[in-house]
Amino acid sequence: MTLLENLAKALAGGSIEIVDLTHTLDPDFPVIVLPPEFGQCARFRMEEVSHYDHRGPAWKWHNISMSEHTGTHFDAPSHWVSGRDVANGSVDEIPAGNLMAPAVVIDCSAGAAANDDFELTRDVLAEWEDVHGRIPEGCWVLMRTDWSHRSGAAYLNMRDDGPHSPGPTPDAIRFLVDERNILGFGTETIGTDAGQGSHYTPPYPAHYYLHGAGKYGLQCLCNLDRLPATGAMLVTPPLKIRNGTGSPLRVLALKET
Amino acid sequence: MSEPIAPPGKKNPQRRTDVPQTPPQQRSRAALGLAAAAAEGRFMLQVCGDCGAVQYPPRDACSRCLSINLQWQDVSPGGRLVAETRVRATTDLYFRKQMPVRVGTVKLDVGPSVICHVHGDVGDGADVRMAIKLDRAGQGVMMALPVKETPFMEDDPRLREMSCTPRHRRVLVTDARNPNAPAIVSALAAAGAEKIFVGLSEDWRPNRHNDDIMAVPGVEMLPLDVTDSKSVEELAAELGGKTDILVNNARYVRPGGLMARNDTVFAQNEMDVNYLGLMRLAQAFGPAMCARTADGTNAAVAWVNILSAYAISNSPDYGCFSASNAAALSLSQNMRADFRTSGLRVLNVFVGPTDDDWHQELPPPKVPANTLARSLVQGLVDGLEDVYCGDVAKDMIERFRASPKIQEREMTGFRS
Ligand SMILES: [Zn+2]
Repeated sequence: MTLLENLAKALAGGSIEIVDLTHTLDPDFPVIVLPPEFGQCARFRMEEVSHYDHRGPAWKWHNISMSEHTGTHFDAPSHWVSGRDVANGSVDEIPAGNLMAPAVVIDCSAGAAANDDFELTRDVLAEWEDVHGRIPEGCWVLMRTDWSHRSGAAYLNMRDDGPHSPGPTPDAIRFLVDERNILGFGTETIGTDAGQGSHYTPPYPAHYYLHGAGKYGLQCLCNLDRLPATGAMLVTPPLKIRNGTGSPLRVLALKET
Repeated sequence: MSEPIAPPGKKNPQRRTDVPQTPPQQRSRAALGLAAAAAEGRFMLQVCGDCGAVQYPPRDACSRCLSINLQWQDVSPGGRLVAETRVRATTDLYFRKQMPVRVGTVKLDVGPSVICHVHGDVGDGADVRMAIKLDRAGQGVMMALPVKETPFMEDDPRLREMSCTPRHRRVLVTDARNPNAPAIVSALAAAGAEKIFVGLSEDWRPNRHNDDIMAVPGVEMLPLDVTDSKSVEELAAELGGKTDILVNNARYVRPGGLMARNDTVFAQNEMDVNYLGLMRLAQAFGPAMCARTADGTNAAVAWVNILSAYAISNSPDYGCFSASNAAALSLSQNMRADFRTSGLRVLNVFVGPTDDDWHQELPPPKVPANTLARSLVQGLVDGLEDVYCGDVAKDMIERFRASPKIQEREMTGFRS
C-alpha cells in the first residue's frame, strides 16, 4: 500500500483521529478590543439573502462579513509591521507546503488556571524539552491553556487596565524563532500575545518576532487538551485572499489514537 | 382632577387584541399646517399677510379679504369654552371605541371659534389653553385644556389618546452602552414607565453604565446588538408584543469629515448602527408594535429616534456621521409612511453635539444626557413628532427653514 492508502485506511479504521480545533463563527464570539479611537476588528455577521422564499424560492443563502482576524484565525507575516516586507507574507502567497505541519503542545493549563496572566517563559520551554525532547524545526508550537473552556466576559477578561489572558514572553518567542526555527505559534486566547502583551518590550512580542521572521500565528484555537504533546499534524489553510493579512479558517489536527 | 388610570395589569389571553383603527385621515393640503404645528407642539394658525385676520379652519384664501397671502404663525392659545356636548354614538370605527367624547366650541382670543376636543377638567364656560395635538391619524386636531395643570391631567382619556406618555407603558431602550442610557432610563421611570427593557450588546466586554442603569427600578437588561440582524430578530420575537415605546439610542459617532479619513471603515460602522441598525429594528419590531396600537391602556404608541441635528445639514467636522444621520432621518420618514395606518407615532429627537467622549474637542454648548432625556420624555408626553433639543438643534432647524441653501453655504463655508 502507498503512504496515502495507509493514511486513508488509518482514518477509516480510526487509528488516526481528526480533531477539530476550531470555534464556531458566531456573532457573539469575542474579538480583540482596541482603544476606541482605532479601527476595530469586525465581528462576524450574517445577513440572510433568501430562505426558500420569494427572495429565492429553492435556495437559502447568506452574506457574511467579518475581519480577517475574527474567530479562530490565521495570522500571516504581513499582519505586523515587523513582517511587512517579508517574502510571501500574505495569506495568498503562503506556499501550500506550509499549510500542513506537525505540532507540539506545551501544556500551560495548570499555570493559566492559577494565574490569568500566566507567562510562557523560556524556562517553561526548557522544562518541556527536558521531558519531550527538542522542539523540531518547521513545526507549530501550540500553547495549551484550556482558555477555550471559557466563554463570554471570562474569555476576553477585560478589566479597566486591559485584558488579562496568558501568553508568551519576548524571550520565549525569540527562542522559538531564533533557536528552534518553528513554523508558527498557536494559542487558545484571542491573540498569540498575552492580554497584557502591550506592556512587554517590544509590545506584542509574539506578533513582532514571529511575523518579522516570516512565521505564522493561530489563535482562538480549542480542543488543544485532546492533542498529544508531540505527534499531531495540523492542517491550516487560510482563505486565499489577495494581500490578506490573515483569515478565519478551519483548523484540523490529525492524531494517532 | 382627572380619574387616575389604573395600571393595566396582565392581558387576558382569551380576548382578541383590538384591531388598530385611526381617526379620519383625509384633510385638505391647507389643513396639514395643523399637523405640522402639532408635530412640534406649537399653536399656529394662518394669519392674513394683508389684513391680519387669523383664520380657522385652514383655507387657501383669507375669510375676510380673500387674499391668498396666508402665513402659518404662532398665535396666542387662549380662549373660552362657549358650548359643549358629549358625543355618545358614531359610525366611525375609531371613535366607536372612544365614546363618549367631549367636544365643545371655543372662542379663541385671536378671533375664530373652533370646534374641538375638550379636556375633562375644563369647566363650563371656563377659560382654556388651546393646543393642537396629533391624533392617531397623525393629523392636527384642536383640544381645549385647563389653563393650569390639574391633578392626573394627563390621564384624561382624550388627552392620553393624543399623547405617547410612558406612564404605565413598557419601553425598550436599545443601547445600554450609550452614555445617555442611564439618564434616559431614569427619565422614563420618573415619567411612570411600568417596565424598561434595555438592550446590551456584546456582554463579553464590560459596560461602565450597567450599574447606573440597573439602579433604576423596573429595568431589565437583555441582549441586543443593532448591528446583528439575528440579535434584533430574536429580541423582537421575545419582546415585540410587549414593547409599547421603542427608544433607539444606539449611535456610532467618530469625529471627522470625508477628507479627514482615507477609508470607509468608521463610515461603515456609522451606517451600520445609525442607519441599518434603525432599519433592522424597524423591520423586526415595527410589525408587532403596529399590530398593538389599540391594545388598551398600554397599547403600543411610539417609536423614538435620536438624530443628530446635522442630519438636517452636514457639519463637516463630523461629516460622515452627519451623512449617516441624514440617511436615518430619511428612513424615519419612510417609517412614518409605513406606520401611518396603525397610528404608531415616530418621534425624532434632534440633538446637537452631546456632552460625551466623542465631542471632547468641541466647545460648548453641548447637550448633557439629562437634558436630552428630559426633552425626549416631554416629547412623548406631548405626543410630538419632532423635538429640537438644545440651542444647536433649534438653530439648525430655524436656519434650515429660513433657507436650506444659505444654511449649507454657512455650514460649508469655512472651518473653525
Ligand atoms: Zn385678509
